Amino acid sequence: MSTPTVLDRAADGAAGAAAGLRITPTWSLGSRRAMRLVERNGRVYFRMWVIFVSGFFEPLFYLLSISVGISKLAGPVAGPGGHLISYTAFVAPALMAVSSMNGAVMDATFGVFFKLKFAKVYDAVLATPMDSGDVALGEISWAVLRGGIYSCVFLVVMAGMGLVHSPWAALAVPVSLLEGFGFAAVAMATATYMRSWQDFDFVTLALMPMFLFSGTFYPLSVYPSGLRELVLATPLYQGVAVIRGLDLGSPTWSMAGHCLYLLVMSVAGLMVASRRLERLILK
Amino acid sequence: MFPESPLIQARALTKRFGSFVAVDGIDFDVAPGEAFGFLGPNGAGKTSTMRMIACMSPVSSGTLRILGMDPITDGPNIRRRIGLVPQEDTLDLEMTVLDNLLVYGRYFDLPRKVIRERARRLLDFAQLTDRANDKVDPLSGGLKRRLTIARSLISEPELLLLDEPTTGLDPQARHLLWDRLYRLKQQGVTLIITTHYMDEAEQLCDRLVVMDKGRIAAEGSPRELITRYSTREVLELRFRVDDHAPLAAQLAGLGERIETLPDRLLVYTDDGESAAKSVADRGLDPVASFVRRSSLEDVFLRLTGRTLVD
Amino acid sequence: MITAPARRPTQESAHRIWRSYLYWTHIYRRTWRASIASGFLTPTLFMAAMGVGLGTLVNHHGSSAHQLGGVSYLDFIAPGLLAASAMQMAAIEGMFPVMAGIKWIKFYQAMLATPITVTEVLYAHLLWMATRVAMVSSIFLVAMFAFGAPRSAEVLAAVPVAVLTGMSMAVPAAAFTATRESDQALIGVIRFVVMPMFLFSGTFFPVTQLPAWLRPLAYATPLWHGVVLCRSLSLGDASWASSLGHVGYLLAFIAVATLVARRTFSRRLAA
Repeated sequence: MSTPTVLDRAADGAAGAAAGLRITPTWSLGSRRAMRLVERNGRVYFRMWVIFVSGFFEPLFYLLSISVGISKLAGPVAGPGGHLISYTAFVAPALMAVSSMNGAVMDATFGVFFKLKFAKVYDAVLATPMDSGDVALGEISWAVLRGGIYSCVFLVVMAGMGLVHSPWAALAVPVSLLEGFGFAAVAMATATYMRSWQDFDFVTLALMPMFLFSGTFYPLSVYPSGLRELVLATPLYQGVAVIRGLDLGSPTWSMAGHCLYLLVMSVAGLMVASRRLERLILK
Repeated sequence: MFPESPLIQARALTKRFGSFVAVDGIDFDVAPGEAFGFLGPNGAGKTSTMRMIACMSPVSSGTLRILGMDPITDGPNIRRRIGLVPQEDTLDLEMTVLDNLLVYGRYFDLPRKVIRERARRLLDFAQLTDRANDKVDPLSGGLKRRLTIARSLISEPELLLLDEPTTGLDPQARHLLWDRLYRLKQQGVTLIITTHYMDEAEQLCDRLVVMDKGRIAAEGSPRELITRYSTREVLELRFRVDDHAPLAAQLAGLGERIETLPDRLLVYTDDGESAAKSVADRGLDPVASFVRRSSLEDVFLRLTGRTLVD
Repeated sequence: MITAPARRPTQESAHRIWRSYLYWTHIYRRTWRASIASGFLTPTLFMAAMGVGLGTLVNHHGSSAHQLGGVSYLDFIAPGLLAASAMQMAAIEGMFPVMAGIKWIKFYQAMLATPITVTEVLYAHLLWMATRVAMVSSIFLVAMFAFGAPRSAEVLAAVPVAVLTGMSMAVPAAAFTATRESDQALIGVIRFVVMPMFLFSGTFFPVTQLPAWLRPLAYATPLWHGVVLCRSLSLGDASWASSLGHVGYLLAFIAVATLVARRTFSRRLAA
């Protein structure tokens, strides 16, 4: 009776070894099987198009509210190049980054948690040739696709409102996809640790400060130096910095650093999400 | 092609969860085309065994070969050829009946045209054609179960795993399901069924193992098991007493064996009618007394001293 | 002699409403910590980001002081946010728990298996929503004081005003939810009603900045009345006439919505 821990560990070890072997084909990115889950989600949202389409309007309303009201109160701001730009032009690219983040995180947290804990969708999926890596990659890809569609439409609206100041802004699309991937991957990994819906308050508590403080609504110069470093370290700031830089100027080397940050998020999140699914379902 | 080589082969198959041993070193073979059953009460290790066969749960120790492959290295390839009906329906509640079939088929990488054609036939088979465009969530338990079975067949599996296929269904729904499963068997699909209903095991299984506490207690066809472990008939007796145990002594010698249950006594004999007469001759006056044929329930009682459904 | 027996059913009804109300407090016992935390953090973060951070830009921009009536941006938006977050939170409370009560968990039906009537179930739930908004608004007020935003003690009256503002959203939201089968439309309401109201009803900038054709729409929203009244209470320039006007508008809105909710609830639940 006093040694169950040894047995536990032995059993865990055996399970772990077997689990490790099962992931083999996972890391071939662009796995065709993963796309099956994208198809599934597309089909579900086809019948819930109101939710899908309306997701785009939140950043759009923010943009309109800023251009109609707040922009006049705030006055011109110093852009990435140092020259003064309208407040709306300053915030618009950041809202594009926010829209990519929101689009990606919503499906990868709420959606994944629902499917994992309540709808048991993955229990059914993993009884087919799909494996946990396919599920993780599929869900994340879907979230990226959704966030990507939002940010593309947003960019078009920006262009229509005369808020695109550089042809380099076209590169903002792939960057927002990368940003979405990073957020979706980490969000999905987080969702596998959620115990109940109450835990989602923490998701909100993580997203909202990021939305408000990641250089979205005013330049970093507003912050005292201690806080400034903190803002520089947030994931959203990476997306905001690159997208704003491309929209208002041209590529710089520092952008590579921001993109690397997002890439690390993507890979780490994908790995953790896949392992956790395996642990939770394939017991 | 090689009917003699087993479709599934398990040797010393074991599943542990921490220090709890769910499946304790069992051996069995399943031949192609067979309907093979795991009969046992809840917690006997049936579902754990089933999940290992479905490559959804890693084997803790022992060996398991499915379709000649190893589930650890060939999981996706094995699952491609298996259909699984899990104990709890895992239907996609956000989609319609038809979409459930279409999407599930895509998980097997089947072409859309093929899936569409099969889905049409399977809806027919499961008598769900007129519900094709209904949402899944509000369907009754029986309809959901039929859809789950239809879904498991979308890949035209060689091996169909059914974990407690009719638990929670009303008698009418059960009989319809049995009929569908019987047809599948006729088509040559190998069926593996876990159940804690002895009538289900008798109806569907060519061969079965009786499981208890992670171990196999006996193996054979339903008829064999009954002949081996029970008598031809059983006399069931109920008396107007709180405790039936003391009465057992007064029945001594009436049959080959007497089992005492909390609410009744079972007399195992090849001639139930004459045993019933002898009860009356001994001056005993049961409230109820009837003779029936032996069933797998009696086999289980004999092997474990307990009833299947508690 | 005549009135005494007539009062008893009313008392019994009040008692049933109270019992049903206690159900909600009981449920809440499990989640209050997280909701207090987010109830405090959300306004704090918004005031810090918008009032202080964005305020730095606004206060340095010469022409803004005039538009904001000579007050700092923080002082301007803090009371507006009080009303706007009450509305936002009340919208959620008025929709998802109602959908859960009707459809997802069906606890309305469970309640209705007792002698309680549909209207009583509705009133108990509305009372609970009001309690939730009052709690969150009180916490918000504490946060406002922490930022030094209120300029007058009259701001204490802004909490009941925020509750009215919240209920003017929660009651119609509940009435609407009772007619729906899925949460799809609810998300539509959040995106197309709640969000635009939040952003355009005078919280972040004076409604006068809106194009002329849009202003009447903003003035018609209950949120605008709540925002303006909360703001003048916080700044200490509220007049009796306009205050009563705003309160009257909110009360009328809630009264009409309650009548509608009684109908939609009865139609949905009394079958």
